[in-house]
Amino acid sequence: MKLKYILLALLIALFTVACSEDDSNYEAPIVNEVEGLNKVQEITNNDHTIELYTASGRFYTGYNAISIRIKDNTTDTYIENASVSWMPVMQMPTMQHSCPNTNPIKEPGKDTVYSGNIIYQMAFEDGTGWSLTVNYTINDMDYSSTAAITVMQNDDQNVSSFMGSDNKRYVVAMIEPKNPIIGNNELVVGVYEMESMMSFPVVQDFTLSLDPRMPGMGNHSSPNNTNLTYNSADNMYHANLTLTMTGYWVLNLKLMNTEGDILKGEAVTEDNIQSSLYLELEF
Amino acid sequence: MKKYVIYCIGLLFSAAVYAQEPEAIVEKDTTQLQEVIVIGQRKLSNYRQEKTLSSVDDYLEKSNKITMIKRGNYAWEPTMNNMTSERLNVTIDGMQIFGACTDKMDPITSYVDVSNLEKVNIGSGQEGAENGHCVGGGIDLQLPQSKFYDFGFKSSADLGYETNGNYRTAGLDLEYSGNKFYLNADGIYRKSDNYDAGNNEEVLYSQFEKYNVSLQGGYKLNEKHAIDANLIYDKATDVGYPALPMDVSLAEALIASLTHTYKNDTTFVKSWESKLYFNTITHIMDDSKRPDVPIRMDMPGWSDTYGFYSKVGFKDEKHDILINLNGFYNRSVAEMTMYPNDSNQPAMFMYTWPDIRTLYSGIFAKDAISLSDKETLTASARFGFHNNTIAEQVGLESLQIFYPELTDSKNRFLMSVAADYQLQTKTYDASFGLGYGERAPSVSEGYGFFLFNSFDNYDYIGNPTLNNEKSVEVNAKANYYKNRFKVGIEASYFYIMDYIIGEIDPNLSAMTIGANGVRIYNALDNASIFDVFLNMSYDLTEKLSANATVGYNYGSGSNGENLPLIRPFSYLAEVAYNTNKFNVALQLEGNGNQSRYSSFYGEDKTSAYAVLNLNLGNILYLKNNKMVFKYGVENILDANYSTYADWNNIPRQGRNFYINVSYVF
Repeated sequence: MKLKYILLALLIALFTVACSEDDSNYEAPIVNEVEGLNKVQEITNNDHTIELYTASGRFYTGYNAISIRIKDNTTDTYIENASVSWMPVMQMPTMQHSCPNTNPIKEPGKDTVYSGNIIYQMAFEDGTGWSLTVNYTINDMDYSSTAAITVMQNDDQNVSSFMGSDNKRYVVAMIEPKNPIIGNNELVVGVYEMESMMSFPVVQDFTLSLDPRMPGMGNHSSPNNTNLTYNSADNMYHANLTLTMTGYWVLNLKLMNTEGDILKGEAVTEDNIQSSLYLELEF
Repeated sequence: MKKYVIYCIGLLFSAAVYAQEPEAIVEKDTTQLQEVIVIGQRKLSNYRQEKTLSSVDDYLEKSNKITMIKRGNYAWEPTMNNMTSERLNVTIDGMQIFGACTDKMDPITSYVDVSNLEKVNIGSGQEGAENGHCVGGGIDLQLPQSKFYDFGFKSSADLGYETNGNYRTAGLDLEYSGNKFYLNADGIYRKSDNYDAGNNEEVLYSQFEKYNVSLQGGYKLNEKHAIDANLIYDKATDVGYPALPMDVSLAEALIASLTHTYKNDTTFVKSWESKLYFNTITHIMDDSKRPDVPIRMDMPGWSDTYGFYSKVGFKDEKHDILINLNGFYNRSVAEMTMYPNDSNQPAMFMYTWPDIRTLYSGIFAKDAISLSDKETLTASARFGFHNNTIAEQVGLESLQIFYPELTDSKNRFLMSVAADYQLQTKTYDASFGLGYGERAPSVSEGYGFFLFNSFDNYDYIGNPTLNNEKSVEVNAKANYYKNRFKVGIEASYFYIMDYIIGEIDPNLSAMTIGANGVRIYNALDNASIFDVFLNMSYDLTEKLSANATVGYNYGSGSNGENLPLIRPFSYLAEVAYNTNKFNVALQLEGNGNQSRYSSFYGEDKTSAYAVLNLNLGNILYLKNNKMVFKYGVENILDANYSTYADWNNIPRQGRNFYINVSYVF
């Protein structure tokens, strides 16, 4: 009885595998390397068209994981050997500045897709103001392409830009969890110093204390959270974030430098219901 | 599932084999020890203030061993030997059924009505282990036996009215009984507005409305074999809980069973009864009628149970043996959705019971051995396998906040053994018993997630790592009769190891707005519970009698703190006059000052009280028909009082005039 089921299962498995092998033998594999992503926009110059993709198909304030493809306008094929960098710029009335970002590199296992990230720390209400310049080199030839982009304000504050007590400007942005669960979540945060208007290097070896709260539940907190500590493998800060229910959470943070001096944020108490440094999360 | 069934069968066999040994050594007869409350609806009785249409709760409260915890005027929670539901095994005719409310607003006694039942078997301590494992005792609400009486059609109707709360009750019972076939249908409807405590103080949110219908039928295959089917549907709506921050908009149960009975007087095997059953409960809490709540929420809960038992009775001159093989599978889910006052924020959701599946199978054996005409030695044992599984991934992840290593399944082996010696002569009888029992933590104790307890104002978190709670008990009982005088004493002592109770964790932040903090279920090293009752009665004449009972209870944990919900000194005195057609009784009932209250576990002191009740009854015979009247006054002096068992000190009913009329035709 049982054996019969196992045999049946094995047969089904065999046939399934066989089919897909047939496919790959007889047809050229059309692998969509941007499957699951949505195109935000294209940036075009005379030679190439640069396609920008995110999961949502839009740019929002905060951390954006972005994939790009560069299409040769004459051959209609995607470039596989480019080296790429980019520069997002926000045009303010009196000055302009950039934001923390990581240049795109070839995504492992893919031929045409390059991915990086940009953390827009702010946006105008109508989404205007930001532009993106993509510089790339193909076969020792340099190219550049610039276009205005639209960055929408995220509903929740997932990035915070502030002046620390050491008179330096910092940007703190939430990267994970993208899909929070009721339970233990890995919280990943990026911390960057605004060295100049155009340079935002990663800050290393600081710590952030974490105190998640639900303002809608009398500032209920959750247990067994850990503080955010720096991980040199990915240049980000990691912590355990526990969420006891779905809803709106405020992650109260305190940023401390290597000496343990508090640069920004306060402890949550009866009188002080929220730290001045916080991130928001909703699920 | 299939895997479980195989496990389960395997375990049953191993349990059966294992059980052989102790069964031979140990023995005990619970039937003779068990207290039986007869749900005699239409008989005259002077036993306390019995109304025709008393609720099951009222009936249960008559037992010395049982106190009902009241969170309102409906769905009281029975406690036995000062222990609450999780330490008891409450069954309906051997069927396991579990309430679907995380806050114990629906003890299963609330899902049956007097019209469904014939009697209630109360087994104190391990005497109550016939249907399942317990520490405090077992309550089995028994359905009527097969009724192949061949009297044709019979019916009866009941009406009741009580002034306090404008409480209306109506019941109808239709019966057909033949030689080979019978069918019984009954229904009961109850509705009460808010009741008044003493001095006309209205207790808000104490209303309720419920109805219950049941259908029972049987067919006799031959002289030895019969099949019975029973269906109960119970639905309560608009039930207020003045002691709690929420009410109930729906408490609904469907209880179904199919029973096969074999009876033979001539063989060694006297009876063999097997039952298949299932029940499903839906419980919806509701705060929409409360004007002031910190946050609006929905809290629905569901509980489904499937099970069986098969019990065989053997009897010869010396032995009276009962073997009961049973098993059940329960699914308990409860969730909470809260709606923030800031409507821009999304609703907040959590599983408070994360879809816990409980699979149990076990075997019970009991032998009552007649040592002589006067002496009986009874021994019993139960062995079982108990598994809890968290079926909801979200629930498992939720609990991993507190228990990062938690896996979704936990097995336990449970055991119970007891022995009892009884001596019976014309002038006195006495019994002495010893017992050992274990129980698994309840779903709330094991897996509850932020369950708010309004009694101590703490949120509770379950603890899946709890050990089984174990109890060693000693009980003794003696009665002495002389002429018209009778005096009896009854005492039990429980030494409970790994006593499960909530322990404050100061590091945790309360979820419920306004709660004092969070308690995690944990175990005290041990706890002791002692109770003793002294009863005296004297028949002045054939018709006039007096009786009095006093009781004392004690409970303390190994941490030196008093246990909560331990009954203070209590007394009851009654003078009754009885004839065949008329009865009257005047009764005084009260508690002493609760001096040993448990402030550590959130209890406050309850003062002494005493109430006076008067009840009367008449029977009128009209040709072939019969009318029974029950009427009286409860709390004659309109005392405004609450007892230690009243959740958050909600006051009890003030003066209440009542009348019940039954018409049998």
